[in-house]
Amino acid sequence: MHQTVPYSAVLDELEAEAIHIYRETAAAFRNPVLLYSIGKDSSVLLHLAIKAFYPAPVPFPVMHIDTTWKFREMIEFRDKRAHDLGLDLRIAQNLEAIAEGVTPFSHGTHEYTRLMKTVALREGIDRYQFDAAIGGARRDEERSRAKERIYSLREPGHRWDPRKQRPEFWRTANTQLAPEQSMRVFPLSNWTELDIWRYIQRESIEIPGLYFAKKRPVVERSGTLLMVDDERFPLDQGEVPEMKSVRFRTLGCYPLSGAVESTADNLVDLIAEMETSKLSERSGRLIDGEGGGSMEAKKAEGYF
Amino acid sequence: MSGYTPVLHLVTCGSVDDGKSTLIGRLLVETDSVPIDQLEYARTTRRGGSTVPVGEVDYSLLTDGLEAEREQGITIDVAYRHLNLPNGRRVLIADSPGHEQYTRNMAVAASNGDVAVLLVDAARGVRPQTHRHLTVCALMGVQTIIVAVNKMDLVDFSHEVFEEVMGEVRTTAARLGVEQIDGIPVSAVTGANITTKSDDMLWYKGESLLGALAVWEPVGRVANEGFRFPVQFIVRAQGNFRGYAGTVVAGSVRPGDEVMVADSGRSARIDRIVTSDGDLQEAKFGQAVTLTLDHEVDITRGDILASGSSLQPADRFGVDMVWLGEEPLAHGRSYLLISGSRSVPATVTSVRHQLDVVSGHEHAARVLNMNDIGRVEIATDRPIPMDPYEQCRDTGGFLLVDRVTADTVAAGLSRHAMRRAFNLVPHDYEVDHQARSALMGHPARVVWLTGLSGSGKSTIADAAVRKLHAMGIHTYVLDGDNVRTGLNKDLGFTPEDRAENVRRVAEVSKLMRDSGVVVFVALVSPYRSDRETAASLFAEGEFVEVFVDTPVDICSERDPKGLYAKAAAGNLPNMTGVGQIYEPPVSPDLILRGTGDLEASADLLVAAILEAKVVRT
Repeated sequence: MHQTVPYSAVLDELEAEAIHIYRETAAAFRNPVLLYSIGKDSSVLLHLAIKAFYPAPVPFPVMHIDTTWKFREMIEFRDKRAHDLGLDLRIAQNLEAIAEGVTPFSHGTHEYTRLMKTVALREGIDRYQFDAAIGGARRDEERSRAKERIYSLREPGHRWDPRKQRPEFWRTANTQLAPEQSMRVFPLSNWTELDIWRYIQRESIEIPGLYFAKKRPVVERSGTLLMVDDERFPLDQGEVPEMKSVRFRTLGCYPLSGAVESTADNLVDLIAEMETSKLSERSGRLIDGEGGGSMEAKKAEGYF
Repeated sequence: MSGYTPVLHLVTCGSVDDGKSTLIGRLLVETDSVPIDQLEYARTTRRGGSTVPVGEVDYSLLTDGLEAEREQGITIDVAYRHLNLPNGRRVLIADSPGHEQYTRNMAVAASNGDVAVLLVDAARGVRPQTHRHLTVCALMGVQTIIVAVNKMDLVDFSHEVFEEVMGEVRTTAARLGVEQIDGIPVSAVTGANITTKSDDMLWYKGESLLGALAVWEPVGRVANEGFRFPVQFIVRAQGNFRGYAGTVVAGSVRPGDEVMVADSGRSARIDRIVTSDGDLQEAKFGQAVTLTLDHEVDITRGDILASGSSLQPADRFGVDMVWLGEEPLAHGRSYLLISGSRSVPATVTSVRHQLDVVSGHEHAARVLNMNDIGRVEIATDRPIPMDPYEQCRDTGGFLLVDRVTADTVAAGLSRHAMRRAFNLVPHDYEVDHQARSALMGHPARVVWLTGLSGSGKSTIADAAVRKLHAMGIHTYVLDGDNVRTGLNKDLGFTPEDRAENVRRVAEVSKLMRDSGVVVFVALVSPYRSDRETAASLFAEGEFVEVFVDTPVDICSERDPKGLYAKAAAGNLPNMTGVGQIYEPPVSPDLILRGTGDLEASADLLVAAILEAKVVRT
């Protein structure tokens, strides 16, 4: 009868595929950039970039889209990683929106995300004239991502036109760009959330502590636990944050990232918890909630 | 190596009517590959037409999305999903819509496939699209085809019906040379023979569908296959480190093995197999590594390191091609060919035949349209090594890319290299075009005038030639109409024929340039990519593109040949500017207004040539 396949063998294949994509991107594009969002997927992405070009350093810069509403711990983690690894870190922000006082509380999540993430990303790419932006999106994140390409073409103005997406054959990539086109590249397309965690465990990859359970000050809003990460969080009258043992499944802007109650304070417990819960990953993300097909619409605007 | 496959690439073919969404949805649910909130959605939400009671899982909802896309008119679409088998094997599913206009989607999905699951509706039997699926899977090199004869519950789980379907499928598969074909009687709705064996069909002795996927092993990868390693990236690091990064796409290699650079024929031995986790003693199929060699050899990105079976460069290939572009294939037009990490300009020199994917017959054809599959011959600008596709997908498959839009317009499968590249060695004559130019007293050039019919190309060329002639410069004019009465009298005015017309005129102008004269070409040449092909024959500065810019209403008013009148009467459907578009040059070397004074235009042209030091007297 057939033998069992060790999980590590699956990870080896996914790793080889991602490294292949990295090398192709680095060689074929004039000025690629790694979009680093500090979370677990970005941590894996960064680890793979280092592996792909070893013993040479990563041959492109790393850019973070900073909305100024990330968890403080994330920013500390980012700066430490950039320092330890000697990364060429660029920060992109929508300064205009920040000056106008756009916050996740003052604007709807859709408008906030468009201004602080999508516009900031587009401006960052334009400012540095990057022609390829490497991101950590995975096809299992959402149903509409199932047909996303590994090399996802963007038209002038960063527009995603489903009709222009290129068919992908074998390992062969068409990396040619017409004037003002650019590419988004997703080396983790075929990974699952569990693959990410198993790989983090196998490779001992550093990730922010927010993924692990710890007593944190939270309030409950419409059934979602939100962490009061700083004094900008507008508490209702008489509302007092409660200390609960929580962790985060995905990291983003703290007012938009729902926490889950958990006691998993290490990788082994965390993976065990994940395997039993089976909730889809984005269920804790508030930005996907507004309206049907909202991810689709955001992508057409140039969101990652 | 025991040959186990951690990740199995599966392609699913069949239409919604065959129950494909239900089949895939059930596979996902029964292997626990669907998050519970999505499962809840499939229990509670209902779309129009669904007959599944609320509370039960409507499997088709787990894989939807394609319907909406179809409404939007998206025609290239393949959805990628994954599931985990109980033995730990990962299955990556490439799912393509089954309707007949989606041949190209099927080709994409099948290009990476190890196994195809082909759905046939037991009640409706084998249909034309079944043949189409078999043909595309066989063409793209899918090793194993599992025919899932679905809806067995509707035919009383009849053994005879199953055998009848399989008999017909096997006949087609044998003609196509499919390596391995298995049949499984299933019912996606009841779950029969999907994850576990069904009691309703005890006559069936084989595996369930999931069982078949779990035990599948590759049959084709023979032990003595050659090693193939396309170089993607040159890694340079401290301590004079120079390594070649890439993925082993065939065979394996160890330190000490001799490998050859397929492009140059030079060889070296593998020194180290470098990874960030330490050096390896062997690099196997599918591994991404960095190789160092025992001595310095000239290697650039795109070169292939090879050993074992022979791999030699050629510049002409017989290939099968799946046409993906909305514009039809134009032979004579230059495309960018991408093979692995290499890209090189290439032209399709002839279309041999088109394949009828239903009957398997080959029809004579001159063009390929979107979704067509055909046998063509291509010529590359310089010799490149390509394996026959059936030996290695990564070194035998290639893409053709439109050089202006950058769209992928075709997927090609190399079938055989034609050795003409080695048989036709251009003789290096000592008296070359520079020697002739020296004797003439001026360098030779090609001046290419493009513009609408009636824009004044020939008139301006004639005037400029008179002036140059008077200055003692040797000239000749290749005029579109004159060439079409002789050399090109077999060509019409379709985009393909126009491409061939331009190609021949460009080649003739190159021969005449070699003879030392200044060649004027006066040709409508409406397509940018055709003109780029012509320009690519010449070195920088040898080719001068002149745009004779005259508004179409003035051209049609002049109408020196009466063509616009004929077009207006509907007798010339391919008339440039009327029935066909004209693509003006993006950055011509000179723009002349055809409405301006003739002598002044001719002076401008001559002056531009002289000032650009194109011609020195």
